[in-house]
Amino acid sequence: MSEGRTRLRRLEPAAIGGVMSREVANFRTYWRGTTFSSVLEPIVYLLAFGLGLSATLVDEVNGVPYVQFVGTGMVATAVIFSSALPAMFGTFVKHRFQNTYDAILAAPVDVEELVSAEMLWIGARASVYGCVPLLVTIGFGLDPAWGMLLTPLFCFVTALGFAGFGVAMAAIVAKIDQFNYVTALFVTPLFLVSGAFFPIEGLPQGFQLLAQLNPLHQLVELVRGGAFGYDAVDLLRFAGLVGFAFVMWRIAVNRMEARLID
Amino acid sequence: MAAIELRGAVKRFGPIVAVDGLDLEVPEGICLGLLGPNGAGKSTTMRLLTGQAIADAGELRVLGHELPGDAKAARAEMGVVPQLDNLDVDVTVEDNLAIFARLYRVPDVGAAVDRALDLARLRDRRRDAVDKLSGGMRRRLLLARGLVHEPKLVLLDEPTVGLDPQIRTQLWTLIDDLRSRGTTILMSTHYIEEAERLADEVAVMDAGRVIARATPAELIAAHAGTHTAEVYGPPARLTEVRAVAEGQGLAVRPAGPAIAIVGAERASDGAVPADAVLRAASLEDVFVLLTGVEAE
Repeated sequence: MSEGRTRLRRLEPAAIGGVMSREVANFRTYWRGTTFSSVLEPIVYLLAFGLGLSATLVDEVNGVPYVQFVGTGMVATAVIFSSALPAMFGTFVKHRFQNTYDAILAAPVDVEELVSAEMLWIGARASVYGCVPLLVTIGFGLDPAWGMLLTPLFCFVTALGFAGFGVAMAAIVAKIDQFNYVTALFVTPLFLVSGAFFPIEGLPQGFQLLAQLNPLHQLVELVRGGAFGYDAVDLLRFAGLVGFAFVMWRIAVNRMEARLID
Repeated sequence: MAAIELRGAVKRFGPIVAVDGLDLEVPEGICLGLLGPNGAGKSTTMRLLTGQAIADAGELRVLGHELPGDAKAARAEMGVVPQLDNLDVDVTVEDNLAIFARLYRVPDVGAAVDRALDLARLRDRRRDAVDKLSGGMRRRLLLARGLVHEPKLVLLDEPTVGLDPQIRTQLWTLIDDLRSRGTTILMSTHYIEEAERLADEVAVMDAGRVIARATPAELIAAHAGTHTAEVYGPPARLTEVRAVAEGQGLAVRPAGPAIAIVGAERASDGAVPADAVLRAASLEDVFVLLTGVEAE
């Protein structure tokens, strides 16, 4: 219960923690399926792309065995698929079908806290699931390196940005099937030109430039930096991801306020 | 201090004026029934009070907090029971309550959950997922969730809409308990019987404003007199009876297959046929006369 006449502050940890506790309670009911697919998918991809292609077409990329090249790249795909998509669909369903946000906003929680909590939860989850392909790749022969310990942080920050993107999209679209446009126009191209499966140096000049603006590409480079050695430019890459997350956070809050408050 | 004060509140949705210069004051410790047909502006009024809608004009104050600026602080002291069931169905009963205890910053979450479970009479179902509960249990849980932080003010938005009579009676008992403990309640409803049984005062709302307000007995006395005569028969006869009654200045309203002559005690010269069924005037008569909409 509130105490006295004091005006409640912005971004209160209690409000954010309360919303996240709801996500945790729900996650306890479906974590097995999510975890199973998160572990199985990289194994299947590594068997199909890594071992299959490396046995027939590609042996190594820039001196890195192809299995390890794909395995480290797949961290980025795991992050976008465990952040942008759950944010889009989860937010839409909670708002339009389950009326969950009406219940939460009737409590002393504002839209900024609600969106921040949703993003933080998705970011935390993606930082764990994003590391699974890396662990699987270690099983496929990648040598562990100290730099890999930063991978959860890179995944977390990138996932925050894509969670913000997903929340904003959920606030903008009118119907759930419009996510097909979002996936086809944004998610799939970002995933394909991230450098996860092939080096972007082979792409036409324009696509290479676009890839440099792609947060997923920056994540791929940072993860590979952790596995094979960092460069000074990686600091810029990380700063770019932090900027991406911040901008997406503000857009998500703005769009959700427009959607949730009449 | 009034728990709720609205002065000239206006809320528009494009060309539609949902709340149109609404003045409403709810003193502490009473249950005010906000009675009105669908589209009268009841739910929008509720959303204005929680800060989920921002008024285009007017002054709004809840428990001393100015809205919308201080809406978050106001929400901390009020409980809201929504019209639609928005419980987390895969999560256990106690987790549903614990989540909201945390959102309301309750210091002892465990004790608050136990108290709410007792209120909803769901202590033995605490570890069951919500989708295993019956409809009545879910509504009791929804009510208990809104009360988990022992609020000073409770907003009940159509608390029993769509429920069968047995479940409705269970909820009325819970709401009546709450009222008897002195909690201020604002309850929107379009069920006449609900307002009559639970509300200390009733405000009849239509087209976004309050058109009448008093205790149920006072409203009946002021607008419907003491007796209503219901006349049954073929349409041609009912048209004839209506014409005679209206000729005497009496109000006549449809009542299902019949017509109801309101204020029948004032009728003379055969305006009320001998075969009419005479009964005490009711809040339903008032509601239909004031809003022109048949009550549920």
